[in-house]
Amino acid sequence: MRRVRLVMAAAALALLAAGPAAAESVLRIGLNDDPDALDPTISRAYVGRLVFAGLCDKLFDVTPDLKIVPQLATGYEWAPDQRSVVIKLRPGVKFHDGEPLNAEAVKFNIERHINTPGSFRKTEIGQIQSVEIVNDMTVRLHLSEPLTPLLAALTDRAGMMVSPKAARALGDKLGQKPVCAGPYRFVERVAQGKIVMERFPDYWDKANVHIDRVEFVPITDSTARLASLRSGDLQMIERVSPTDLAEIRGDGKLKVTGVPELGYQMIPLNVANGPKAKTLADVRVRQAIDLAIDRETLVKTVFNNEYIAGNQWVSPSNYYYNAKFPVPKRDVAKARALLKEAGQPNLTFTLILPPERDRQEAAQIIQAMLAEAGITMNLQTQENVTMLTNGRKGDFEAYFTFWSGRPDPDGNVFTQSTCKGAQNDSHYCSAEVDALLTKARQVSGPAERKKLYDAATEIMLRDTPRLLLWHRRVFTGLSARVQGFTPYPDGIIRLKGLKLN
Amino acid sequence: MSLALYVARRVAVLVPTLFFVSVLIFSLQQLLPGDAALALAGEERDETAVAAIRARYHLDRPAPVQYAIWMGRVLRGDLGESLRNRLPVTELLASKLPVTLELAFCSMLVALVIGIPAGVLSAARRGTLTDLTANLVALSGLSVPHFWLGIMLILLFAVRLGWLPASGYVPPWENLPRNLMTILLPSIVLGTGVAGVMMRHTRAAMLQTLGADYVRTARAKSVPERLVILKHALRNALIPVITLGAIEFGRLLSGAVLTEQIFAIPGFGKLLVDGVFNRDYAVVQGVVLVSAGLYVLLNLLADVLYFVANPRLRGG
Repeated sequence: MRRVRLVMAAAALALLAAGPAAAESVLRIGLNDDPDALDPTISRAYVGRLVFAGLCDKLFDVTPDLKIVPQLATGYEWAPDQRSVVIKLRPGVKFHDGEPLNAEAVKFNIERHINTPGSFRKTEIGQIQSVEIVNDMTVRLHLSEPLTPLLAALTDRAGMMVSPKAARALGDKLGQKPVCAGPYRFVERVAQGKIVMERFPDYWDKANVHIDRVEFVPITDSTARLASLRSGDLQMIERVSPTDLAEIRGDGKLKVTGVPELGYQMIPLNVANGPKAKTLADVRVRQAIDLAIDRETLVKTVFNNEYIAGNQWVSPSNYYYNAKFPVPKRDVAKARALLKEAGQPNLTFTLILPPERDRQEAAQIIQAMLAEAGITMNLQTQENVTMLTNGRKGDFEAYFTFWSGRPDPDGNVFTQSTCKGAQNDSHYCSAEVDALLTKARQVSGPAERKKLYDAATEIMLRDTPRLLLWHRRVFTGLSARVQGFTPYPDGIIRLKGLKLN
Repeated sequence: MSLALYVARRVAVLVPTLFFVSVLIFSLQQLLPGDAALALAGEERDETAVAAIRARYHLDRPAPVQYAIWMGRVLRGDLGESLRNRLPVTELLASKLPVTLELAFCSMLVALVIGIPAGVLSAARRGTLTDLTANLVALSGLSVPHFWLGIMLILLFAVRLGWLPASGYVPPWENLPRNLMTILLPSIVLGTGVAGVMMRHTRAAMLQTLGADYVRTARAKSVPERLVILKHALRNALIPVITLGAIEFGRLLSGAVLTEQIFAIPGFGKLLVDGVFNRDYAVVQGVVLVSAGLYVLLNLLADVLYFVANPRLRGG
């Protein structure tokens, strides 16, 4: 009997050894949704960025601590008036169709981002007036106004370069068969099924690319996604829900990483947007609501301390956080006094929120906290798009939303807080804040910018146009087989450097 | 009435039905709250960018005009392009159809293999423990949420035992064994639900035929009980079951929303759900129209089969 078993085991081993020896290494990554079009110019959804990270290199990238570093570029230099910037390109870079990356290709791409109808990049880099070809490997971008945050835009889709030849041939079908200059080239896409890419042999940094093939698999149900990771069907999953952390940590074959997100979770208050602004127009009322919330307790009870309590538009560990104003302690007595002073001791207002677990639970805790200060907050659930439509129209007193965040501070505060900002549903307007935030776009030294942002933050904290509540952590779940993974606050998985054991 | 006339009459009714379905789909879609252009824009709120989206998809035109534009294209065989990933909807549907067909077919197989024998058995042994057990199993198949059963099966067979993949789909022409492995669990989940319905109907129809005169005659002639049940009773009992089968198959074809979601099977159901959440009007309209069409056609087919099988219908 023992002998038979031994023989069988040997046979099985032989079979196993024969199988994977020749096989290529495949990394399968579970996505939370199916990405939209894979054309960097018209791509919109966040989830698409995870796929682009394999396909399309960018002029610049950010480091895990948000410094801007060259990728397809090798360096840059701002003109003294910050109205133009010279970018030097990396020599020897090829697109997946063999075409070279040069100044002409960069000019083509920037103009494509700006001029394509339906481009989502236009608002990110629309201030570029012209692209000058200095020489074959150097371009100069001329801007309509001094704008240092522009470089940060070039670390995302606006900085991705597609092959001009392919873009001309495919037109608006490029998103179905993207041709870029990233470490992996596109193989196929089954809508709602998978996106497959293979290692690009002529990649400029191929020494750091170790896995042969990468497949992205959208699985919308988080339980099913986690089960696929545990069964070994997937080796990585993105944006893991905090409720799934215990299960991953309890599984010896899995790991999980978490870093503070770039964005923030917030409740915009209607300061001056239409007739519904009446209730919360008085700054004392808004301050009272803010004071009645205990953020630390909120994060502890709802999110088991996996998230980070916050009160500003960057997380407390960010360079641009104003440390003079840490997350405030709750003060119910002061909240009551402010309400009395404002003549609204029995304040009642409605918070609109989408049917999503995190925000539903947090809203209930906040509701109870406010009740202790004599404030009645009614909860009204609306489907997400409906809520955002109403937010834009001013049909709200308060609504529960978030900002996904950008690596440059400007992207987290300018359109949200300036008088004419497209994201400013509160219609909060302060000439002082406008001036400070505009000035911060025109200087390039971080220390100088921080001073301006600190001053703006101080005013905004006093005026309380929105309740800034917490920052999530971006969790990535991965099999212990995956080696060499570095988490980034943008949640995007960099495929370079990854190995499979 | 001849068969040809019967079919012609039924097809004539089909055209207005599909027209009403298309109007219904379109108007319900319009009732969805929230601005589709804003849904497509995501975090982009710039007025000109949102206006450009509106213009591209005619969202700035009045609803009847939008319907006319859509219908005009549909009649030419063009269902438009997905607002989200810009793929042609006809292409999307064509790529999902084989997946959904396979899933529906395998689920139906599971349903028939379990449902009909269980129904026959419980009718033949009415009131016994066998009957009770079969009923219990059928009822649980009907009432257990697909969502829950799916997760449980994944946890058992994929995570704990590691026998089957947890999710995903591999086309049969790529790798047949792997294809069967990926389709097995979802087919069981969907099939057990339908099996419950099939079992209940088979049992009821069998009980009726078992009480019929010709069955009593057969028994009086001392035909073996096995033959009485399988030959005399079951054949006649199957007629309503076939109709039911066609309807259930049509339902399976319209996409198994939750099951496809859990097992990440890229079929009609998943396409539809993603479409609704992304306000992808073109996709939602396309999926619903095509599955409504399939459903109507299957019903027509069942009626025609009925007509052929049952001479009594030909009289009037």
